[in-house]
Amino acid sequence: MEKMSRVTTALSSSAVSGRTMFCHLDAPANAISVCRDATQVVVAGRNIFKIYALEEEQFVEKLNLRVGRKPSLNFSCADVMWHQMEENLLATAATNGAVVTWNLGKPSRNKQDQLFTEHKRTVNKVCFHPTEVYMLLSGSQDGFMKCFDLRKKESVSTFSGQSESVRDVQFSMKDYFTFAASFENGNVQLWDIRRPDRYERMFTAHTGPVFCCDWHPDDRGWLATGGRDKMVKVWDMTTNRAKEIYCVQTIASVARVKWRPERKFHLATCSMMVDHNIYVWDVRRPFIPFATFEEHKDVTTGIVWRHQHDPHFLLSGSKDSTLYQHMFRDATRPVDKANPEGLCFGLFGDLAFAAKESLISSDANRKPYPGGDRRYPIFFFKKPDPTEQFAHVSSALSVFETDLDSNRMDWFVKTAQLYLLSGKPFAELCDHNAKVAQELKRPQVSTTWTMLRIMFSDPANLTTPGPNHNLSKLGTLPLMNSFSMKEMGSVMGTESRLDRSKGESRQDNILLEPGNPHISNNNEENEETEGSEGQAEYMFGDAELDDDDLYSMEHDNQTEEQEYTLPQEAFQLRHEIMDNPSAPEHLQQDKADSPHVSGNEAEVTCLTPIESFSLISISQPLFSPHLPASFFCPIVREMLSYYAEQGDVQMAVSVLIVLGDRIRKEIDDLTQEHWYMSYIDLLQRFELWNVSNEVIKLSTCSAITCLNQASTTLHINCSNCKRPMSNKGWICDRCHQCASVCAVCHHVVKGLFVWCQGCSHGGHLEHIMNWLKSSAHCPAGCGHLYVTRLW
Amino acid sequence: MRHAVAPAENVENNCFAVTRLLKICTHCERLSKKDLGVRIPRPLVNGPSRFIPEKEILKVSKVDPRTQSIFEDAFAALGRLDNISLVMSFHPQYLESFLRTQHYLLQMDGPLSLHYRHYIGIMAAARHQCSYLVNLHVNYFLQVGGNPKWLNGLDEAPQKLQQLGELNKILAHRPWLLTKEHIERLLKAEEHSWSLAELIHAVVLLTHYHSLASFTFGCGITPEIHCDGGHTFRPPSLSQYCVCDIANGNGHAYHHDDPLGNQEMCGEVEVLMERMKQLQECRDDEEASQEEMATRFEREKTESMLVVTTEDEECVPSRDISRHFEDPSYGYKDFSRRGEHVPTFRVQDYSWEDHGFSLVNRLYPDVGQMLDEKFQMAYNLTYNTMATHKDVDTSMLRRAIWNYIHCMFGIRYDDYDYGEINELLDRSFKIYIKTMVCSPEKTTKRMYESFWRQFQHSEKVHVNLLLMEARMQAELLYALRAITRYMT
Repeated sequence: MEKMSRVTTALSSSAVSGRTMFCHLDAPANAISVCRDATQVVVAGRNIFKIYALEEEQFVEKLNLRVGRKPSLNFSCADVMWHQMEENLLATAATNGAVVTWNLGKPSRNKQDQLFTEHKRTVNKVCFHPTEVYMLLSGSQDGFMKCFDLRKKESVSTFSGQSESVRDVQFSMKDYFTFAASFENGNVQLWDIRRPDRYERMFTAHTGPVFCCDWHPDDRGWLATGGRDKMVKVWDMTTNRAKEIYCVQTIASVARVKWRPERKFHLATCSMMVDHNIYVWDVRRPFIPFATFEEHKDVTTGIVWRHQHDPHFLLSGSKDSTLYQHMFRDATRPVDKANPEGLCFGLFGDLAFAAKESLISSDANRKPYPGGDRRYPIFFFKKPDPTEQFAHVSSALSVFETDLDSNRMDWFVKTAQLYLLSGKPFAELCDHNAKVAQELKRPQVSTTWTMLRIMFSDPANLTTPGPNHNLSKLGTLPLMNSFSMKEMGSVMGTESRLDRSKGESRQDNILLEPGNPHISNNNEENEETEGSEGQAEYMFGDAELDDDDLYSMEHDNQTEEQEYTLPQEAFQLRHEIMDNPSAPEHLQQDKADSPHVSGNEAEVTCLTPIESFSLISISQPLFSPHLPASFFCPIVREMLSYYAEQGDVQMAVSVLIVLGDRIRKEIDDLTQEHWYMSYIDLLQRFELWNVSNEVIKLSTCSAITCLNQASTTLHINCSNCKRPMSNKGWICDRCHQCASVCAVCHHVVKGLFVWCQGCSHGGHLEHIMNWLKSSAHCPAGCGHLYVTRLW
Repeated sequence: MRHAVAPAENVENNCFAVTRLLKICTHCERLSKKDLGVRIPRPLVNGPSRFIPEKEILKVSKVDPRTQSIFEDAFAALGRLDNISLVMSFHPQYLESFLRTQHYLLQMDGPLSLHYRHYIGIMAAARHQCSYLVNLHVNYFLQVGGNPKWLNGLDEAPQKLQQLGELNKILAHRPWLLTKEHIERLLKAEEHSWSLAELIHAVVLLTHYHSLASFTFGCGITPEIHCDGGHTFRPPSLSQYCVCDIANGNGHAYHHDDPLGNQEMCGEVEVLMERMKQLQECRDDEEASQEEMATRFEREKTESMLVVTTEDEECVPSRDISRHFEDPSYGYKDFSRRGEHVPTFRVQDYSWEDHGFSLVNRLYPDVGQMLDEKFQMAYNLTYNTMATHKDVDTSMLRRAIWNYIHCMFGIRYDDYDYGEINELLDRSFKIYIKTMVCSPEKTTKRMYESFWRQFQHSEKVHVNLLLMEARMQAELLYALRAITRYMT
């Protein structure tokens, strides 16, 4: 992929070769630098200052520059640089503010050459002039940059940045006199080395400190900067104003940036915190790194390309006390792992699918999505750039529309809007919701609500039942219980467990598996419900007459003998209910001609068709007549999970809210939170903001309720001067006018203010609503036409 | 908000009613009660601070329109203007930044729920037995719907908060002992575990309130009138007179209490300025050796241990503060003692600007930015004055104070000559700093008065702000370093 030829010509005698390798240092490194001929590397840190030779297979320690029994702070290096002309010359920036030069040619053990202690604070950076042997530049925390002539004992010139601290200084590669300095306050300054009195040019590059900058080795006008704001920016300095030409967003603050040799658009970055990897970016493709080196275990503090004309070797030092040589061919390429396919469901069941063109076209003769009527293949092309080394992928996007009838989500929206979750007694809420479900032709949900009401209604309302309870085929029922009713009513309720495996099958009924129940009330009036072959059956508990129930299918005391037989009709999956409305219709008829009975004491169960019945009566209740509500908790819990798993998280959450404390402790918080989140997400997708807000408000999970406390600030602009309003809601500080005036009554609105996002006129909610009854235009007379959505 | 929403007519009526009941003292414009037998709470103490005369504080806030508007905003947000803000109004720029940060920490988007935030504030303030902050936040805590049971003690609070107790204790008194194991224990505690974002929020709150407790004691903030210990129903002994007449410090006695001392210390400011000048000049001539520099830091560190507060003027907290924390015996222990050696924290290796900021901003967006502004504001705040002298570069003095505090926490700046501290900070000032930072509850009025006698109150408040922010940053650095170590 890379072109070796150019590289080898650039290298003098022998081409550099090697492999990915590393060595352990004794201490964390702060910076590294490489000598001109790429054979040695110097590593500097607080407690380390060593030179390693780069050999074919390994690093070999050549020299330890940190000598003395108790080395002084002059050895504690923040930065190091090896001179690119003079191979014996090094400079370090010490944390105590000293700038030190080292001469490797010295015969003594201590190679320290010169010591400049002119800076008052830590020196962050030293930089040799690329072509001038004796010129050294330093940038310090005290806000000054100093230029040293190594033949003299003192600095020759001092540049004041008028700012807190200098983070980086870099001589321009091409312009002899120019250098760039980056500052903690986000500025970058350009200086002429001959003019220490003021900078040539200054611009704000980042918000927060600019940690590093690097001139492009070939292109004279390009400067890359990296900052604490997690961005790398490339500036074109040839124009009058520095122009940002590329911007790469990384995931952590950028500590170092280095252009890659021989590759015009590549640069390497490493971060200062949290992220330990080294990234090589193609600045034209800022979203995904071109290559990544993931070897380090702690933050990388220094990176350098081994040879200024060889793009294949990268050296790096890290806080984890290792020194690495990375081979470019060993780098991971995140692009290869990126998934080029995308799939997304639309709100109303549409499906969009993007994939490699090749994949799509090979499938072209495959039958389209069964429910879908049409597909729209859309192709994207990008003009390939020969210098980009990214693989070119063209994708095709297909959109599938669903059959409008089969997958409609209307029921969801209606249910969400009509359900009552609070504000009434528990029983009424259940009744109401059951009714809503019933009207939407979702009998199973409706039944569930009714059952819930029965199970959890306050037992204090119910008095001791009669003694006789008859139940059929007790032993074979999976679970049975009885409840107490008012004087006259008693029911042998049959609780069947929700069969999860059935969930996938066509019938998801509440099953009462074997047998048929035989129920008698305390008046000894037996009523029998019989199912014959091919019939499903509703069995109802008998109960006292009560008028508040409109939908449960019951019969009262006066008509005990009456038999209710329903034609067998398994409940269909809810999506198909529209097509098969017979069962619900039947229920409604039932409701119409039977007197209303209190839902409190009703239990509705659906029976699977059974061929034969035997009626067995028992005279003792199976369980104590007062079953605590907690008895049902496991079943309800299971039921909720069942609904949630079915995808009907709406039901799960609604029941959770309505039951409140009755069930909350049974379900672990994480699951609850998960349900809430899914439901709220769904509601918001359907733009049911009010409902979603109500759900958030009613939820008891702290993680959910705090959603309402986030982002409660609304920033507004004054309608007169269009400036942000600072403190008070209705008077603008700048133009001293009342900002939010009602367009209808021309008074200041204090309270609910409703306004059009199109023309920004508005007023009292009531006034605007009245106005819009008679006119479709904006009341302010601006001519804006309110068509569908006012706010 | 409760105070802010009374309709206009009502206010007028109330005013009318009130003026009928009360008469206004001609001296201090404070209302006093006419004999109508109505029980009206009366402040126990005058003004927001025990150390600073009320007049001085009000003078400042009345004049400056900027302060006025900051006050308005603060009042609109909280429905009250607390004494801390009043005292800080000497430095409106800082106050603005402080209030914005505090408001964000307590009210705005954040991973912790509101009552948790106030409870953590209570925990932190209680660590220093700061009844002022505890009472204030107990009120807020109940207002946002916190469970009153929790206030009986940490045992009654959820397990999750109990676990924070350990961190609170260490951070408040010996932050250098914080390790990544502490962090790990909080983050990996099954169902009671903290998330990283929550932990950062909690850490910022803890450090904020530890240092605010320092400020509260350092400036002698008096209890709010609506809190315990802030008011009394007992009528003033001479009911015909206003309290100011009974001379509680508003004027006469206060200024002349130590005429001798004043004369004695007459040249103090001049001496200090002279020293600063000398340091500035000598600096380049006489270069101390590296070894010398290292020993200077050690010496300053050890010396800070010897600065011991002798005064034992115990103030008894009115609410039983100690129930909010465990292990009351755990206090500041000097950083370097024989036996246990904790490695020095080098700022060059882990600084707020480079490392701390990035971590905070990553996990708790915007707060990093606000704290950064606040630190910079506190560090760079200057009016170029010293007492009566103008156009003085005080950066050296401010840096000495800042670094001295960090030194007490074992944080070292490689590029600082700790000899400067000895030159610039005299013993009584060191005592004050040490007391305020390490055991603020022991701060007394005498300490406050005995340092920098010729300086103005606003300058002493300025010093307090520096101390507070330096302390907060020191604690934060240790906490964030531990979290970083846990993460890598």
